[in-house]
Amino acid sequence: MSDAALSGWLPRVRKPSALPGFGLTLGFAVSYLSLIVLIPLAVLVARAGTLGLDGIWRVATTPRVLAALEVSFFISAAAALVNAVFGVIVAWVLVRYEFPGKRLLDAAVDLPFALPTAVAGIALAALYAENGWIGGLFVPFGIKIAFTPLGILVALIFIGLPFVVRTVQPVLQDFDREVEEASATLGATRRQTVFRVVLPSLTPALLTGVALAFARAVGEYGSVIFIAGNMPFVSEIAPLLIVTKLEEFDYAGAAAIATVMLAISFLALLAINGLQAFSRRRFGHA
Amino acid sequence: MRSALSEGRAVRWTLIALGVGFLALFLVIPLLAVFSEALRRGMEPFLAAFDEPDTQSAIGLTLLVAAIAVPLNLVFGVAAAWAVAKFEFRGKSILVSLIDLPFSVSPVVAGLVYVLLFGAKGLLGPLMDDWQFKIIFAVPGIVLATIFVTFPFIARELIPLMQEQGTAEEEAALTLGASGWRTFLTVTLPNVRWALLYGVLLCNARAMGEFGAVSVVSGHIRGLTNTMPLHVEILYNEYNFVAAFAVASLLAGLALVTLGAKSVLEWRYGDGLARIHRH
Repeated sequence: MSDAALSGWLPRVRKPSALPGFGLTLGFAVSYLSLIVLIPLAVLVARAGTLGLDGIWRVATTPRVLAALEVSFFISAAAALVNAVFGVIVAWVLVRYEFPGKRLLDAAVDLPFALPTAVAGIALAALYAENGWIGGLFVPFGIKIAFTPLGILVALIFIGLPFVVRTVQPVLQDFDREVEEASATLGATRRQTVFRVVLPSLTPALLTGVALAFARAVGEYGSVIFIAGNMPFVSEIAPLLIVTKLEEFDYAGAAAIATVMLAISFLALLAINGLQAFSRRRFGHA
Repeated sequence: MRSALSEGRAVRWTLIALGVGFLALFLVIPLLAVFSEALRRGMEPFLAAFDEPDTQSAIGLTLLVAAIAVPLNLVFGVAAAWAVAKFEFRGKSILVSLIDLPFSVSPVVAGLVYVLLFGAKGLLGPLMDDWQFKIIFAVPGIVLATIFVTFPFIARELIPLMQEQGTAEEEAALTLGASGWRTFLTVTLPNVRWALLYGVLLCNARAMGEFGAVSVVSGHIRGLTNTMPLHVEILYNEYNFVAAFAVASLLAGLALVTLGAKSVLEWRYGDGLARIHRH
């Protein structure tokens, strides 16, 4: 059989290329990915699967697990909302205005990516405790932040902040000022231009940033456990419960909670992807 | 006079105050607090924290783990980027999404998967027992968990940039008779060196600072399986705050160096780096 006939007969896996090394690099990348990530994750799902679907359901709906899942998902959503509002303000201020120290602040936005979570956790706990610099300010109002659900909120805002700023900022940077000029020429007030022209075109990027911040917050562990107080039913997060189950050698239970968490965050990301596709059609911007 | 293209003075300054205040409250003050707490009782107790053998072994282990995990992920990142950016093949977009998968998995779950595989009651646990080879509650487990959480950093910096650069330059080098390996070293690598360095910086920062995943597999054995972040936790839970914040300030210093180097790379070689960075 000639080469041409052979390539016509076999399914086309890749387009021909003059460059070498395809088999070697792809083979290595896929093997490494499988060994480090895919097979271990498959083992996790399989281990949870030994309980059966009703077994997973029974673990996930025990009151303590249910409470931890609620704490994780609701506070993560609240932190993502706070970051949505302040993230847009920060991105706006960094792109549109000039003020002293701006470059330094711009670099500081990435701090949560670079600072180890345990360091962030003990620093936030020290600051927001009743005898801390910031926590002390709230004592006269009878508000406790550290070692309550509010403390978890503080840590998750810290962790999620750069995701929103760094997805909105480049879109705002590339936003065509002529569109704003056109809107102003047509008689819109500044407020109308901002709220009806500029902000809607930021929506897809904002949703992406919020989704990333939310997904990160749900799984966050290091920065939260120091400031949360970790009271069952009040301020215990789902990842901590996984650790607790492991310490009790309840592997199947730990795997079940992990699988439920993976499934819920996967669904949340899917929903937000759909929302994003919708808003891209609606507002016409990527 | 109020311009139709910018906000009024009052609105402008209110927004700046809100943005700066928010960043100060959540980023700047916590960072300052690390150093202030570490130096609360002066230089002497601060420095004494580093005389502890347990602290020194934690620093050593953290360096060792990063020295294994970062080069492995570097080789993977380069190989994956070469395959994805220079060739067209079926399933490419699936491969690219799977590379990002570790970012959407909780660090605790990243540790858990290895316990389920290699732990005493794990899938391969009995086998590990027979071979007398400890992975969980030992250094290999810490390395594996660190590789998992830092897996995508370098690949995702390289892939968009190498895709943008196309294959024309490599094809020219091959036509002129260079070998594939030489083409990679003298044509491809210089084109991506800043993105590569950028990815290595971020990967290293996360590798040295990882807490959740490592905490699950380490077993917290002082002097043996304690990395710096875990040592911070132990000291903190023993109410040894000055020592905890002293070790933490070393990690915060590493974060500051990372941010500084990252900013310099972005200002000087911003065009060469991928345009939008999402982490």
